Amino acid sequence: MAQRMPQASDTVRELSVEEIRAKFGTGMEILDAEEHMLLSMGPQHPSTHGVLRLLVELDGETVVNVAPDIGFLHTGVEKNMEAKTFTKALVMTDRMDYLSPMTNNMAYIMAVEKLLGIDITPRAQVIRVILAELSRVSSHLVWLGTHALDLAAMSVFLYCFREREYLLDIYEMVAGQRMMVSYFRPGGLWRDVPDEFEPAVRHFLDFFPAKIADYEALLDRNPIFLARTKDVGVISGEQAIAWGLSGPSLRGSGVDWDNRRDMPYAGYEKYEFDVPVEQVGDVYARYRCRMREMRESLRIIRQAMDRLPKGPVNIDNHKIVPPPRAELGRSMEAVIHHFKLWTEGFIAPDGYVYQVIESPRGEIGCYLRGNSTNKPARVHFRGPSYVNLAALPLMAKNRFVADLVAVIGSIDIVLGEIDR
Amino acid sequence: MGIEQKLGNLGVVTYRLEDVVNWGRTNSMWPMLFGLACCAIEMMGAQAANYDASRFGMELNRPSPRQSDLMIVAGRVSRKMAPVVRRLYDQMPYPKWVIAMGDCASCGGVFNNYAIVQGVDEVIPVDVYVAGCPPRPEALINGIMTLHEKIRGESLDKWN
Repeated sequence: MAQRMPQASDTVRELSVEEIRAKFGTGMEILDAEEHMLLSMGPQHPSTHGVLRLLVELDGETVVNVAPDIGFLHTGVEKNMEAKTFTKALVMTDRMDYLSPMTNNMAYIMAVEKLLGIDITPRAQVIRVILAELSRVSSHLVWLGTHALDLAAMSVFLYCFREREYLLDIYEMVAGQRMMVSYFRPGGLWRDVPDEFEPAVRHFLDFFPAKIADYEALLDRNPIFLARTKDVGVISGEQAIAWGLSGPSLRGSGVDWDNRRDMPYAGYEKYEFDVPVEQVGDVYARYRCRMREMRESLRIIRQAMDRLPKGPVNIDNHKIVPPPRAELGRSMEAVIHHFKLWTEGFIAPDGYVYQVIESPRGEIGCYLRGNSTNKPARVHFRGPSYVNLAALPLMAKNRFVADLVAVIGSIDIVLGEIDR
Repeated sequence: MGIEQKLGNLGVVTYRLEDVVNWGRTNSMWPMLFGLACCAIEMMGAQAANYDASRFGMELNRPSPRQSDLMIVAGRVSRKMAPVVRRLYDQMPYPKWVIAMGDCASCGGVFNNYAIVQGVDEVIPVDVYVAGCPPRPEALINGIMTLHEKIRGESLDKWN
């Protein structure tokens, strides 16, 4: 079948500036539509980390202007959560930031618990910290693998995913699912961790430091990697604060801020750890930040494993936590609680809460409003990827297109969280 | 063990052309490097060291639709993304196949709402559906094996 050959009239050069604006969206100010080339990068592009579309204005190979076009993965998560009970809405949070579902669960569940005004047991608290930090490591592994892949270092990707599989096995062990765990529940956890959990995590703590050293050996002195990352995508500390960056993207610019230390939650104030800060603010600094962060996460996990208390993982309030299965055969009250919980859930009081935690990408916040019903009246997430992406034009301007790819990798965005 | 030991007394092999072509198609499939959401991470997992999809001749992911013959729709397809998916499918040369990976691509999954297309088969024809949210890499590889089986039974007329 003969395809129509592309005609000169198909290119945007033949269009007027107004038509180009209409075609590309009005979000970007086109500086010079006559001389510059306009490039649409994505939504299907190997290094946009999902379905991000970038509108790029190029002068030769130099990026003059760039504007992200998002929404290709808009899922209606927040609206869908309003239609579900508090417990059932949890499954939506897994699917937002799918690289670290545990931290997403944690932000939402802690907001629910704040709204209900309940405290969870010490054992559940420590298990949550362990899993959230494992989640940070596994998320950073995907980031490192894909970031290196974008910069043409393929073997790092294979190594990273090998170690990530081990972590996914731990997830599967505790939650029965590799990625969409929904393990943290209002009032505690889905169930206690199995006996194999502790040896598995300890084994990970033993072998993983050597693996981090392996990754660094592959990249730290790799001249190609250094040339593509050093002094690329620089953002100063003041600019980073002004644009609301958070997480390693902020700490790579020399701003010493980590919610785990500065606004402690889930008992993080009881752990001893350092917050890695790098001064330069380029792609390499953000890379260094995350690599050091993985080591700090291991430190936190080790302390948490040593102090893992015995005891129940769920609170005793069966209006919120379903009664144990064995109780159902013995107690009428347990049957009633079970039935009420799984048919209509629990009722949260009027009012709103905002809970902030530190996800691998930065500050994830959950705004939750209850209106005396069994469903949230409104849920909103402050996604760190969304805010970090907004600073992309600033970092990529007046650099080459190839540097744009490095910058996208370095801010570690997850489109599921941006578009929700 | 190899076929070269037989070369001396087996110079000519007669076989059906269709079977040879289909055998070639199954063993050098080039999937498109195209991920949408969570399932894409498991798809990357299937291609990484532990599951190693290159055992089935598909380690070569092509970032361009014009060089690929298999589209793995890995993740939820939103209403804004659906025309793009269709366009990518149209840009792929014949013969081409589609795997709908995961519940969202197969039927909308947990997202029965205004934003998500309830199954990518509303937009493009699908050959194999892989269930799971997300499917394990084994499940994806099983889906690919199922597709191979389907291709082995195809007639050459189909792509005329």
